[in-house]
Amino acid sequence: MDPMAPVLSVRGLSVRFLLPRGRRVAAVTDARFDVAPGECLALIGESGCGKSVLASALLGLLPGNAQTAGSALLGDLDLLTADERTLARTVRGRLIGLVPQSPAAHLTPVRTVRSQLEETVATLTATRGRAALRAAAEAAAERAAFPADHLDRHPHQLSGGLAQRAATALALVGDAPLLLADEPTTGLDRDLVDRTVDELRRHVDDPRDGRRRALLMITHDLAAAERIADRVAVMYAGRIVELADATVFFGPAGPRHPYSRGLLRALPDRAFTAIPGMPPELGDLPAGCAFAARCDRATDICAGPPPPGTLACHHPHVPEDVRA
Amino acid sequence: MLELRSITAGYARNAPVVRDVSLSVAPGESVGLLGPSGCGKSTLARVAALLHRPDSGTLLLDGEPVRHWRHRAPRARRTAIGVVFQQARLSADPRLPLTDLIAEPLRATGRGGEVPARVAELAPAVGLTPDLLTRRPHEVSDGQLQRACLARALVLRPRLLVCDEMTAMLDASTAAALVAAVEDYRAATGAALLAVGHDRTLLERWCDRTVHWDGLA
Repeated sequence: MDPMAPVLSVRGLSVRFLLPRGRRVAAVTDARFDVAPGECLALIGESGCGKSVLASALLGLLPGNAQTAGSALLGDLDLLTADERTLARTVRGRLIGLVPQSPAAHLTPVRTVRSQLEETVATLTATRGRAALRAAAEAAAERAAFPADHLDRHPHQLSGGLAQRAATALALVGDAPLLLADEPTTGLDRDLVDRTVDELRRHVDDPRDGRRRALLMITHDLAAAERIADRVAVMYAGRIVELADATVFFGPAGPRHPYSRGLLRALPDRAFTAIPGMPPELGDLPAGCAFAARCDRATDICAGPPPPGTLACHHPHVPEDVRA
Repeated sequence: MLELRSITAGYARNAPVVRDVSLSVAPGESVGLLGPSGCGKSTLARVAALLHRPDSGTLLLDGEPVRHWRHRAPRARRTAIGVVFQQARLSADPRLPLTDLIAEPLRATGRGGEVPARVAELAPAVGLTPDLLTRRPHEVSDGQLQRACLARALVLRPRLLVCDEMTAMLDASTAAALVAAVEDYRAATGAALLAVGHDRTLLERWCDRTVHWDGLA
């Protein structure tokens, strides 16, 4: 296999929820992106924009009333059409490692971290025998920088940061080529956010085991995204409206989509002004650009569908050097 | 407005999470309280909002010592303080549509007659549209629910607002919108603010004065 071929390749991914009385909610519309080995793609957007639904679609964890379209290729396997048996036996944990949103809720409260690690090792790898499992669990904990003297503790005895490391250790056990982190830093304080994303970044390009993993990090924390991401995908009302290089996105040139620019302007170390209005209902999206109602650049053509490609906007900001 | 003098508070005997902390908020002043997670700053915020009785120390409201907490506090004192918590989901009754969620403090204090006028006034101030007001918490996003929780905290026109990590779970734009709504209310009424959080950039931008937890004890 080509070493630089994308680990995950998503094309035209759409998710619709069918509700009673014929209502349909367009949670994800026509998502298209790749994640390469050794790369971190940050998927950012406000709560309710469809980020977590996209993650659930990749793991085959959507509820029964969801309809999907498009493809999400992980190697040769299409995650959207794979059956539950394949997803359970080869995908979850083995091809995709999930770093969950709230680790404290993700861990089993009545068992120690060691016992959960050993169980995961036994399930996902060929390791057998008590001594071997114990050693493998300790090695897994060390990879995620989880202190060995805390292995016999229960989840409630861990701080937020250590619980996050325990959950990361579990995600790494199966040695999956793709790590999926769903809001891994929600509710943590700034130091802990920095530490958590730095640790995640370390697993993307790990010099110790020579592995290059792909990381898809879903977050609403722009500072965390800036710290870790190679590329940034901005999601608004179910659609990826901008896909850009992180250094350009957070640099002086800035993003080009008006929504992305508004998000950055809302940061307390920038203008600290909110984007006017509220995001639209996913059950009642306009035919054209969903951001037009809140956008100061909108014109009549915004009532038509936004252009395809990496920038879904009829009136994007033009960088200074291009205009000159 | 509010003065905390050598407050010690906690949940188990002999293991206080707040030790000998003093802090004051002048009328109309906004104070940011900065500290890492788990340092006890939320407990102090609960003491300041009369929601948790301290083990020792004195709390002065408008210069008078507080002797009763929670439901035992006189109504005039309780209603002078509005509180917004970090987790909107956990602080909203899942059965109540947002209108009733916002109106609850008015009804609980026998002022149900003011509900239609007050809700109509507050909903646009916090950025809630009429179609959202008829929904229950599970039908709205975290950001929309937190907007309703802020409206609920403002509905009795408190003179002091306590915001405990109000924006920690929210995206940048919703966070900025909620802070702007708080500041509009303060500009109109002269209310004081105690904002508790871990984000230094946010609190320094938001508040007149930011104090660090380590400097209080």
